[in-house]
Amino acid sequence: METKYTITLCDAEFSSEHSIGLKGAFEKAAKANSLESGLRFTTCKTLGLKDKGAIVVVNPGYFVYGDVTEELVNKIVAEHLVGGEAVQENLIKEDHLFNRSFKTFGDSEFFGKQLRIALRNCGNIDPDNIDDYLANRGYEAIAKVLTDMTPVDVIQEVKKSGVRGRGGAGFPTGLKWEFTQRSQADEKYVVCNADEGDPGAFMDRSTIEGDPHTVLEGMSIAGYAIGASKGVIYIRAEYPLAIKRLEKAIVDARNAGFLGTKILGSDFDFDIELRLGAGAFVCGEETALLNSIEGRRGMPRPRPPFPAQSGLFGKPTLINNVETWANIPVIILDGSEWFSSVGTENSKGTKVFALAGKVVNTGLVEVPMGTTLRDIVYDIGGGIPNGKKLKAIQTGGPSGGCLPVEYLDTKIDYESLAKAGSIMGSGGMIVIDEDTCMVNIAKFFLEFTQDESCGKCTPCREGTKRMLEILTRITEGKGKPEDIAKLERLGNMIKKASLCGLGQSAPNPVLSTIKNFREEYEEHINEGKCRAGQCQSLLSYVINDKCVGCGACKRVCPVDAISGEKKEAHLIDQEKCIKCGQCYQVCKFKAIDKL
Amino acid sequence: MSCNDCNKVGDPRYDELQVYIDSLRDKPHFESYLIAVLHRAQGLFGYLSEETMNYVSCDMNIPTAQIWGVATFYHFFNLAEQGKHTVSVCMGTACYVKGAAEVLETLKKELGVEVGETSADKIFTLDEARCVGACGLAPVMMIDDEIYGDLTPDKVVAIIKKYREKAKGAA
Ligand SMILES: Cc1cc2nc3c(=O)[nH]c(=O)nc-3n(C[C@H](O)[C@H](O)[C@H](O)COP(=O)(O)O)c2cc1C
Ligand code: SF4
Ligand code: FES
Repeated sequence: METKYTITLCDAEFSSEHSIGLKGAFEKAAKANSLESGLRFTTCKTLGLKDKGAIVVVNPGYFVYGDVTEELVNKIVAEHLVGGEAVQENLIKEDHLFNRSFKTFGDSEFFGKQLRIALRNCGNIDPDNIDDYLANRGYEAIAKVLTDMTPVDVIQEVKKSGVRGRGGAGFPTGLKWEFTQRSQADEKYVVCNADEGDPGAFMDRSTIEGDPHTVLEGMSIAGYAIGASKGVIYIRAEYPLAIKRLEKAIVDARNAGFLGTKILGSDFDFDIELRLGAGAFVCGEETALLNSIEGRRGMPRPRPPFPAQSGLFGKPTLINNVETWANIPVIILDGSEWFSSVGTENSKGTKVFALAGKVVNTGLVEVPMGTTLRDIVYDIGGGIPNGKKLKAIQTGGPSGGCLPVEYLDTKIDYESLAKAGSIMGSGGMIVIDEDTCMVNIAKFFLEFTQDESCGKCTPCREGTKRMLEILTRITEGKGKPEDIAKLERLGNMIKKASLCGLGQSAPNPVLSTIKNFREEYEEHINEGKCRAGQCQSLLSYVINDKCVGCGACKRVCPVDAISGEKKEAHLIDQEKCIKCGQCYQVCKFKAIDKL
Repeated sequence: MSCNDCNKVGDPRYDELQVYIDSLRDKPHFESYLIAVLHRAQGLFGYLSEETMNYVSCDMNIPTAQIWGVATFYHFFNLAEQGKHTVSVCMGTACYVKGAAEVLETLKKELGVEVGETSADKIFTLDEARCVGACGLAPVMMIDDEIYGDLTPDKVVAIIKKYREKAKGAA
């Protein structure tokens, strides 16, 4: 049988004994009430509510009970778990700034510096169950908007919140809504960009998979505000689970009267349709996305006209990213004042990042704007594994840049990251340690964008190809002294002469690594050396005097490059060696050096 | 309404595609559903053949050239038939010197295809790969996510035979 309630047992002083005692009390009470299954128990150290004694959290709904005694357990089981009504007088109602960030997650360092607004429900509710969403203030925002607010009020509220687009460019969301609202037309569209194409990014996928209704609710609110009755979610075909969740959520929302005609008895009609992508990164660009929804090749369109004037099927269209949509219901319910209390002067609220690379804790994190890179890498991410040294942090994926260690105290907000030479981007964050070659990482991103260029503009199509050739040459030890200047020239030219954001930002990973790690480029070119030991062609494997002549390396070498008699020192023929590293791995005597 | 000129009588997959297209016909901006229709077609046939694209063209009244343009633009669409399993032969340096060419030749003969093609029984698609990081086992091939090393022509034939029997047994 499926889990109906999750019960989290916490104790202020954390005595595991007590927690087990609590669990025992629950089990006893459950039995007495013939509630044999459907309960799932988890424990956590402390919720940060120090003076509230033993604490029990019941989910769904995030009901927190304090000072729990056996007597109260009996009451909770009888009234809440069986009767379905929380025991109101024993609930702890904390400042919601904090209860949003903890929920069932406990207080490990990983969650301590996080604040969950966009991801508030992810992991806490059953995404396939609309009732679960409803129990967590779901669809309250659309109800509030329809009963108490005019479209202009809604737009003012979003404007005042200071929220900016989470899809990469950071355009003020309220302003975009206002532009679209002011465009006169018989028909308008609201579009959700769920194309998430950056390699390594999965913020939007997780949001949809964990909380699909919030996206629908955010879009409906915008539909009311700008005067649109149609919404479209453009989602990549590579996300089958997210698609399934959305399909179900849309049907459930329709059946419950949150989508369709005369929503909640008002005069507002709004419905949402799904459109699938088909594997083209450039379709994340908003005008290419519109072409793709129209059933065409996903090539960007020149702007102006902006989608707010002439977008989908030539009608005014409002496009926002998944994470942007997920913030909207919170802004409406908790107000712009609360929302804008989180973050920095020009960047309000939180940002979700997909933390990856050489860091102990990888995964999704949501932090208030203004958190430093250091907080994320060390406090939340747990630092660099294996005692290695941090070298750089890459943000913004293939459109972004690499920041060296000196920038560790940079605050995460749109302006600070741009000033440091990277971008906020959509939320990819890759931690790079000393074992990673900066030329190689630049090459990795450029390979990606080169492959994904739609081919419309020559500078983007051909220029990235030339840059990639040069980078490849450098990593193979065949770089020429003038190559760095050539890369810079090409890069700046591509940035200026490309039509869309893909071309305009494709050179960024290369330019920013040249700016911050020029010496690594120079070493590759002038000394034929890769300090990270990643560029295979620049390595050589040499046998030192620890060799005992066991012959293991000779047997494993795929090209017979190693010679030597048994029990005598062996030798690697550098001409024949293809630097596959097999001998290095197999040697038990540390007799092979990687130079 | 149905498309009589190109009604592929006898293939139920075309009937299903037809039903799907008809379900969209009355929606506003009917042509905008082209990508959705191609998704469905690929789901039914495994890839988009010229025949299928012609059918869609006729049925949706969209020029074939435009359909071709869309199908080639998006990575997701396959224009050639894909087998049940993908066999990739590593053509990296280590494998090459250890006889990858011979392995490839054996596979071409055994499957009766060139690189990029799919065998007549639709079980295998043959591909080349760059170094897969198993040089110590060279020469190497991958079948889907499984790595096979130290290959000889005989071994290759035996492995293929195993997959073929399993696929036929399942069918
Ligand atoms: C090449 C390229 C790819 C993009 N990919 C995405 C994407 O996957 N998801 C997304 O939301 N925005 C993406 N964008 C940004 C969109 O063009 C657009 O700015 C965004 O969807 C607007 O929503 P927002 O204001 O809520 O961020 C991309 C832009 C470019 C140039
Ligand atoms: S910049 Fe590149 S991706 Fe963008 S429109 Fe031009 S060619 Fe296409
Ligand atoms: S060359 Fe084939 S596995 Fe490395």
